[in-house]
Amino acid sequence: MTNSSETTSNTLLKPNKPVGIVGYGAYVPRYRLPAREVARVWTGGKGGLPIKEKAVPGLDEDVISMSIEAARNAMARAQINPMELRAVWVGSESHPYAVKPSSTLVAEAIGAVPNTQAADWEFACKAGTEALVAAMGLVGSGMARYAMAIGMDTAQGKPGDALEYTAGAGGAAYIVGPAEESMAVINSSYSYVTDTPDFWRRENQKYPEHGMRFTGEPAYFKHITEAATALMQASGTKASDYKWAAFHQPNSKFPQRVAGMLGFSLEQIAPSLLVPVIGNTYAGAALIGLTGILDIAQPGDRILMVSFGSGAGSDAFDIVVTDKLLDAQGRATKTQEYISRRTEIDYATYARYRGKLQMK
Amino acid sequence: MEIARHWRLKQQRYGLVGEVCPHCDYKIFPPRDICPNCGNEARTQYTFSGKGEIFSYTTIYEAPTGYDSNAPYTVAIVKLTEGPMITAQLTDLGEQPVEIGMPVEMVTRKIRNDGDERGVIVYGYKFRPVMGA
Repeated sequence: MTNSSETTSNTLLKPNKPVGIVGYGAYVPRYRLPAREVARVWTGGKGGLPIKEKAVPGLDEDVISMSIEAARNAMARAQINPMELRAVWVGSESHPYAVKPSSTLVAEAIGAVPNTQAADWEFACKAGTEALVAAMGLVGSGMARYAMAIGMDTAQGKPGDALEYTAGAGGAAYIVGPAEESMAVINSSYSYVTDTPDFWRRENQKYPEHGMRFTGEPAYFKHITEAATALMQASGTKASDYKWAAFHQPNSKFPQRVAGMLGFSLEQIAPSLLVPVIGNTYAGAALIGLTGILDIAQPGDRILMVSFGSGAGSDAFDIVVTDKLLDAQGRATKTQEYISRRTEIDYATYARYRGKLQMK
Repeated sequence: MEIARHWRLKQQRYGLVGEVCPHCDYKIFPPRDICPNCGNEARTQYTFSGKGEIFSYTTIYEAPTGYDSNAPYTVAIVKLTEGPMITAQLTDLGEQPVEIGMPVEMVTRKIRNDGDERGVIVYGYKFRPVMGA
């Protein structure tokens, strides 16, 4: 069995050259499906609701178009030449193509081609933070000046399943660059991974399966607490050293409970707790939680971000805001501006928008 | 299948990349290499800001093949801030009414499938009501 004492001997992922976030951008689609609509159709309106409502992409949106907008917001904040990006990586579990990268199209749309890496990442809900760690390595080694990592999803939920209440859409893009240019320095990261079958989707299957209660203790809570604890131990920090924290958020309850387990207050996670109003954005969830924080953070604020991906693993990040953030916050649309742009739809419209109607 | 055409037009479709005339500074979209204003050669790439306003619009209820899954949708002539007029779909309207003179901004969206669901997905510019920022 793996335990936390074994993981502390070789813990932090820390690049040779200090790195940080030089640009960030969020995206949330316009449409909202209230959880009570799902309950109305499937349970006669009875039972508890895991969130208030979730974001639903329009008919002309997918992970590629949504990633392009988040990437443009990140570029607007970074104010760098797109040709200097040496990687454009998109993490998602809803890439529009089974074969053909989303990332090449995103790179083309923002003018980053052709001198760049481009690849799609898959690790359930932590594909985006996995790409972020790789971007730290690419920049921190000196191979690249800038690298972009995106986590974006249009999550799938089987009609009537517990996940249908929460499977939302949205995400965020980050540009990693030299620490001295950054609006937030990433001190280090730490990843904790085991083979844990809590949630999966087989090839050619439209909807995922999950291990019901198994998704909690041995999966979400175990991996997030282990990753966060190891990162904080190795960094010599405790929960009260952080002004803010962002956790993966599959529903309203889990991130609040894991925050409490790790010694964080509800105030510390408040600006990142977006799942009640946009749903679970899967590979985007922890990353858009962090944009919610960066939109309001002040220089000197220390931030803990911990993702979780089923299968399973967590990436934890130790981040400190610099004085460059304040100028950058207003250069692109903020997370809360996307959230307040809201058009409510009913279940029938949702079924059409999400392609749940058999047309032939 | 029109893969070659989609590939050739990708820059203008994804990012509103047009041209600027080096002789009279006229902004050109779509790119055509000859300046429609002064008649000289104009091959200098120019990326438009994506900002503009509605010049005219109509709503399509009977959509042509390939676009029918999105009907009804609104098509507008948009006057770009830099001058040119272009025709494009509007998107993300929600319940917002469309008005002539309404400020809009470019977004890159799925336009249609090339052929059926097995073909390539064609992406390109659409316009939506301007957001904050």
